[in-house]
Amino acid sequence: MSTDVDLLIVGAGPAGMAAAVTARSRGLTVLLLDENAGPGGQVHRGIEHRAAKDEQDADGAKLAAALRSSAVETRFRATLWAVEPGGKVFWSEEGAARSAVAGRILLCTGATERPLPIPGWTLPGVMTVGAAQIALKTAGLKPQGDVWIAGQGPLLWLYAKQAVEAGGRLAGIVDLSHGIPPAALRHLPRALMAPGYLLKGLAWQRRVKRAGVRVIHAEEIRAEGEGRLARIVVDGTEHAADLLLLHDGVVPNTQITRAIPGCAHDWDAVQACWKPRLDAWGNTTAEGVMVAGDGGGIGGARAAAHAGRLAALEAARALGRMTEDQRNAEAGTERLALNRQLAARPFLDALFPPRPVTAIPDETIICRCEEVTAGKVREAVTLGCLGSNQTKAFTRTGMGPCQGRVCGPVVHAVIAAARGVDPAQVDPFRTRFPTKPLTLGELAALAE
Amino acid sequence: MNRAIVIGGGLHGLSTALHLARMPGWQVTVLERRHVGRHSSGVNAGGVRRLGRDLREIALSMVAWEMWSNISALVGDDCGFQPGGQVKVAENAAELGKLEARAAQVRALGWTHEEVVDQAEVRRLLPAIAPHVVGALVCHGDGSADPMRTVMAFRRAAQEAGATIIEGSGVTAIERSGAGTLRVVTEEGTHEAERVANCAGAWATRIARMAGEEIPCGVKASMMIVTERLPHFCTPTVGPTGRALSFKQTVAGTVVIGGGHQGLNDPERETSTVLFGNLAHAARIAAELFPCVKGARIMRTWTGTEARTPDEIPVIGESRTMPGLFHSFGYSGHGFQLSPAAGAAVAELIARGATNLPVAPFTQRRFDA
Repeated sequence: MSTDVDLLIVGAGPAGMAAAVTARSRGLTVLLLDENAGPGGQVHRGIEHRAAKDEQDADGAKLAAALRSSAVETRFRATLWAVEPGGKVFWSEEGAARSAVAGRILLCTGATERPLPIPGWTLPGVMTVGAAQIALKTAGLKPQGDVWIAGQGPLLWLYAKQAVEAGGRLAGIVDLSHGIPPAALRHLPRALMAPGYLLKGLAWQRRVKRAGVRVIHAEEIRAEGEGRLARIVVDGTEHAADLLLLHDGVVPNTQITRAIPGCAHDWDAVQACWKPRLDAWGNTTAEGVMVAGDGGGIGGARAAAHAGRLAALEAARALGRMTEDQRNAEAGTERLALNRQLAARPFLDALFPPRPVTAIPDETIICRCEEVTAGKVREAVTLGCLGSNQTKAFTRTGMGPCQGRVCGPVVHAVIAAARGVDPAQVDPFRTRFPTKPLTLGELAALAE
Repeated sequence: MNRAIVIGGGLHGLSTALHLARMPGWQVTVLERRHVGRHSSGVNAGGVRRLGRDLREIALSMVAWEMWSNISALVGDDCGFQPGGQVKVAENAAELGKLEARAAQVRALGWTHEEVVDQAEVRRLLPAIAPHVVGALVCHGDGSADPMRTVMAFRRAAQEAGATIIEGSGVTAIERSGAGTLRVVTEEGTHEAERVANCAGAWATRIARMAGEEIPCGVKASMMIVTERLPHFCTPTVGPTGRALSFKQTVAGTVVIGGGHQGLNDPERETSTVLFGNLAHAARIAAELFPCVKGARIMRTWTGTEARTPDEIPVIGESRTMPGLFHSFGYSGHGFQLSPAAGAAVAELIARGATNLPVAPFTQRRFDA
């Protein structure tokens, strides 16, 4: 098959932007697709249209500027929906399906929030911290009224800090983490290699507390209201609530890699998530398909940019534009920087383990699209369902419009806990292309 | 007690096991390499269709239809069978002529289930059909069922009848023992039996080869689309005459689109892959026949691997190199409807050495010429 482009990159976050610029500078033709209106990804969302307020923003602005001044072909508001063997890629753009054949494909699809199903989380007025952050960054929507944040993880504190600095009001934070678990402490010395990370996290918490935001450490939370959220119940105590933002950390977005035949994934017990199996350069086990950034394992924005550049160099080698020695030489400082960025990860991962799913009551809905409860999934396990895919056939969980994007991690965890086995032994949802819905009409237009 | 091994836990294997286990004196074990319904049995379109069958298949298909009409009596579950009819539409006068010729051919053989209808009647049956459709061939009483539910119902019924189902057990060899019985070897151990059924679908030629028999048969990987739920607009299962499509709306409101457009097949790795350039044709034909679905969002696409014989009708009959081994495979993408009757026929062949059910046309001898 002749190719239309050397390297096709999906996702214009830090990994995708850095990879695109590096690959182009090595003479590769590059096509960069992203669902959003401009570069930045989730972490640097809307970066070209807001002033850089901190170091992270400055990183993003620099990456975006480098991308804009490069000869990389960018397509925004473009949603990839299929990758076929042989490098053929399909996406939708302005209501029309398009395709191209690429020499290499680099997926920089980032992370997605791990859902935190609590009783009442499907009520209007309950949303995720990630969604609130998008609203804050793109539309300047600041929290007003009785806004509560519940859960755990670095992003929760980052959003709280951003919201407070933007002049938003928070009624309080319900911290569902369990302090510093002993297991985390043994990772602390290594984490100190990257002190910036830890100090930043502590600074976010301090900034939020200094703004007078109440922090409640709690075990249980329920959302209640008639037709919409009216109050939350925290360990038995009621608080009035207009908006509740939930967060339980992030996991790699593997929706695309899991749909690619021959692309192996491994269970990461520490981050409690599935990750595509990658070599040191970001090659997956599927020929010609690579992954860089949080989509290959949570490492944060800076690590993602380094991994993106490494993947770009490897793509140049694979396409015969540089020798192995050249690649290794150019990769030297990137790899050192990447390792330094990843040093704090084991500590952070141990600090914020996901909430145990045994805490999810039977009557709580975990698949929102098909309204399947945790109890229903547990019942399917007692009927002999061993994995996510059998449970899907039995209960329709994961069959709705989100195709398991949202509920996948929780369904998987509930099955593992109900069976009492290592989550690594429970298969995740098999995803199918199209990984994002397209219309029959759009697909029909591709028929020759 | 006689022992029988059924190789393959798809619908044909389970049906064979069910019918045989209900016969007195038979102890039946099903060996399934992965899990029951893993390939085409679990992921097909669920068409319960007599309409448009190869003339050699009509008789067996009629027997199967009788069984479908009271499927609860056979397996204790209705399998989601909806007898909403099947309709083959003509998109121009030439196609309508073909359908009329076909109906005459079927009538000449004594069958009356296929009927040509005019444009007004097509509109009545299919209010959402595109205006260019001029007529159709209709089979009332046909319809569709839920494939996975059907597989599970046959599994349960077979087990209740006394059959043992072993999943995760792949066959590596078949040999004759000194005592004259057949030995089926798996990685976990060896099973000895008087009779063996080869219902291994896309992998059945491999089983035949283990018995020293070459039967010409390839594989296919038909692709399917399912859309989001739409308001009810279509009751029958619909296909065109001159192009490849099968189209139906489920009770849940989703639209299931197939028709035999081929994906990429890899029987060695037991996988198949959707090729969207090919699948786009199914989407285009669907949108041309039912303009109202053009804006419907696709939820999922998939493929399943199935055996395809050179003449696209199955192989049913005793092995010519290893007596006691009976083949039932090669249904070529339309074996779902036949499964209750084909299983009964194979069970009779195994238990009595003969059957009155109309399976004679399916002998592998037809490839000898």
